Amino acid sequence: MEAARVLQTGETVIAMAGNPNSGKSSIFNNLTGARQHVGNYAGVTVEKKEGKLIHQGKAYKVVDLPGTYSLGAYSEDERVARDFILKEKPDVIINVVDASNIERNLYLTVQLLEMGANVVVALNMMDEAKEKAIHIDVAKISKLLGVPVVPTVATKKQGMKELVVRAIQAANEPKREALKINYGSDLEKELKKLEDIISSHSQLSQEYPSRYLAIKLLEEDQEVYQQVKAIPGTAELLEQSEESAAFLLDETGEDAESLIADRRYGFISGVSKQAVRKRISAEQRLSFSDKIDKVVTHRVLGIPIFLAAMWLVFQFTFALGDPMIGWVEGFFEILGGVVGGWLAAAGASDLITSFIVDGIIGGVGSVMVFIPNIVLLFFAIALLENSGYMARAAYVMDRFMNTLGLHGKSFIPLLVGFGCNVPGIMAARTLENKKDRIITILITPLMSCAARLPVYVLFVSAFFSQYEGLIIFSLYLLGIVMAVIMGVIFKRLLFPGEVSPFVLELPPYRIPTLKATMIHMWERAGIFVKKAGTIIFSVVVLIWALSVLPWGVEPGSKESALGQIGSFFAPLFAPAGFGSWEASTALIFGILAKEVVVGTLGVIYGVGEEGVVTAIHQLWTPLSAYAFMVMTLLYTPCAAVIGTIKRETGSWKWTVFTMVYTLVLGWVMAVLVYQVGRLFGLS
Amino acid sequence: MKPLWFLGMNRTGVVREIAGGRGVRKRLTGMGFIEGVTVRIIKNDNYGPLIVSLGEGRLVLGQGVANKIMVEEVG
Repeated sequence: MEAARVLQTGETVIAMAGNPNSGKSSIFNNLTGARQHVGNYAGVTVEKKEGKLIHQGKAYKVVDLPGTYSLGAYSEDERVARDFILKEKPDVIINVVDASNIERNLYLTVQLLEMGANVVVALNMMDEAKEKAIHIDVAKISKLLGVPVVPTVATKKQGMKELVVRAIQAANEPKREALKINYGSDLEKELKKLEDIISSHSQLSQEYPSRYLAIKLLEEDQEVYQQVKAIPGTAELLEQSEESAAFLLDETGEDAESLIADRRYGFISGVSKQAVRKRISAEQRLSFSDKIDKVVTHRVLGIPIFLAAMWLVFQFTFALGDPMIGWVEGFFEILGGVVGGWLAAAGASDLITSFIVDGIIGGVGSVMVFIPNIVLLFFAIALLENSGYMARAAYVMDRFMNTLGLHGKSFIPLLVGFGCNVPGIMAARTLENKKDRIITILITPLMSCAARLPVYVLFVSAFFSQYEGLIIFSLYLLGIVMAVIMGVIFKRLLFPGEVSPFVLELPPYRIPTLKATMIHMWERAGIFVKKAGTIIFSVVVLIWALSVLPWGVEPGSKESALGQIGSFFAPLFAPAGFGSWEASTALIFGILAKEVVVGTLGVIYGVGEEGVVTAIHQLWTPLSAYAFMVMTLLYTPCAAVIGTIKRETGSWKWTVFTMVYTLVLGWVMAVLVYQVGRLFGLS
Repeated sequence: MKPLWFLGMNRTGVVREIAGGRGVRKRLTGMGFIEGVTVRIIKNDNYGPLIVSLGEGRLVLGQGVANKIMVEEVG
């Protein structure tokens, strides 16, 4: 670690690039072990994973770029990867290539080489290629591409040592020439014109490899176009590029982008013809994965199989996690007791003791109790993802999601949201289209998470004990129905017209490794824990302060600031049947964490959580109770969710929008339930 | 020529034209979907997305995308 710190400036940077499902993450994990850090790229929600590689006493920074098929700025992922390579100029790029699907993977390789990047290819999944009877001449590929190629099997840690040695060696060598693919006489003539202009412009030729820039301009890459436009003295270049593109379209009947892609694949198929031998043609072979898919994606069986898989996930998460919740609660209780004891011994005032014990420890503890569920849920999801099933689930659910104007992949965040909205919203990262992602994030809080269940249980046992299952089920269903309705409305009003293409790779089924699954799980759980330390902490402190101010009042009473705010808002909820200050105060506390509603009512009624059922039975009616449950389900999500929305959308606008629309929706639905109920003579 | 969507199960076709906007084409190009490649339909239920085999890979294509890819049936 000390060595790492000394090398901070001018340290060698190794970037990792590759297609999704190429095993890039496994290699990254092998190289860096536990020395990883997950952050975000500035301004976008793309994950930035960094790690340290120690080799012969020296530390190297390893950056895991997002998995992409191309560097065409199609998605945020591609833009991030491309900008990193162009602007940060890593010393070497390890390009992970799936040997069992080599042609498609080389498309990215070719683009990296055209950028003049210093590439070392990790030819991964050699074992799977062998199983598929694909023989690859590694030396030949290396010669044809002009870069070192190291065969690897990441899951068995084969080839890692050689990969490291080759990468470090390459990092210390002088920069290599960019790969030049022959694009044919028509294109080459136009490229030459552009390259000449670029070379004569000092800033451009310094910032971009000239041939690469010429290709990008011919491809009419909007991102690059705008970047160039911002540099003075480039009008001539842009004019020429437009002229060339128009000329090519006229001459060949195809746009330059397609011509370029064709030539690149032509080059790749040339490489493959010389260096790859397949015994059976791919189209003829029905693989083992295809056989599983015949069942799993079956038009009738697909959905029950999917539901069974989800049932298992929830059993795993809650049956195993709920006992652990008791441990966490116990831990914070003991911690509160011990710290309270110390403070008393040290002669701290009641206020400070209350702040630390009830405010900080109690508040953070109330959020931390979700850790076991969250960790287990993430573990289960990582298993599904790493095994390859998640992509099939998206396929199966696509039809249903289409009715919302979303596609199959959006289903996963919503589903995870039933456990806890926080990981659900985080799971929306897998959506490429930003608009799809935002709609999904906006409706995920309507999924009835596990924290809302205790509230239902409380009111159901007070009024509807005979119909427990039915009442609770109706609330889950209401959440789904509301999500569907809001999804359709948001799609129509906020993002009209856009239907993003649904293209998804089905990776072959693989047995997930424990290590990869654990790393995946810890990454995400860690983010939750960190959040509990920041935004949730501030909300906790705020609510605690409101409950003890002004000075000297009974904490949480009607006279406290919180009680006064509750009284202030109470009339607002009268049309919904729960216009008492107690109900309003409980709802405000509920923003801290939904299940806190139960504890708050207990405190306010002064009977503890045991006597609260009786108190509710006396003070509420079945109808107002149901309206209150509807409100609890739909209104403003908890602090952890609010923080997550801010983090994932990167925008206060969407965060506040979600807080407000859910509040309005909850109020409208609660009032509707109460008023319609009264019309039918219920009370 | 017909849209990929109308190719039945286990049928093979050669991609002749990819219509549609830049975004779709870029995406498909990156995944190896270009004019001239041969694809086979692994699954086509006549509703919902398709599963096609392209080289060693298996891709799911939504109905919208599948309607924009014109193929020539070859077997």
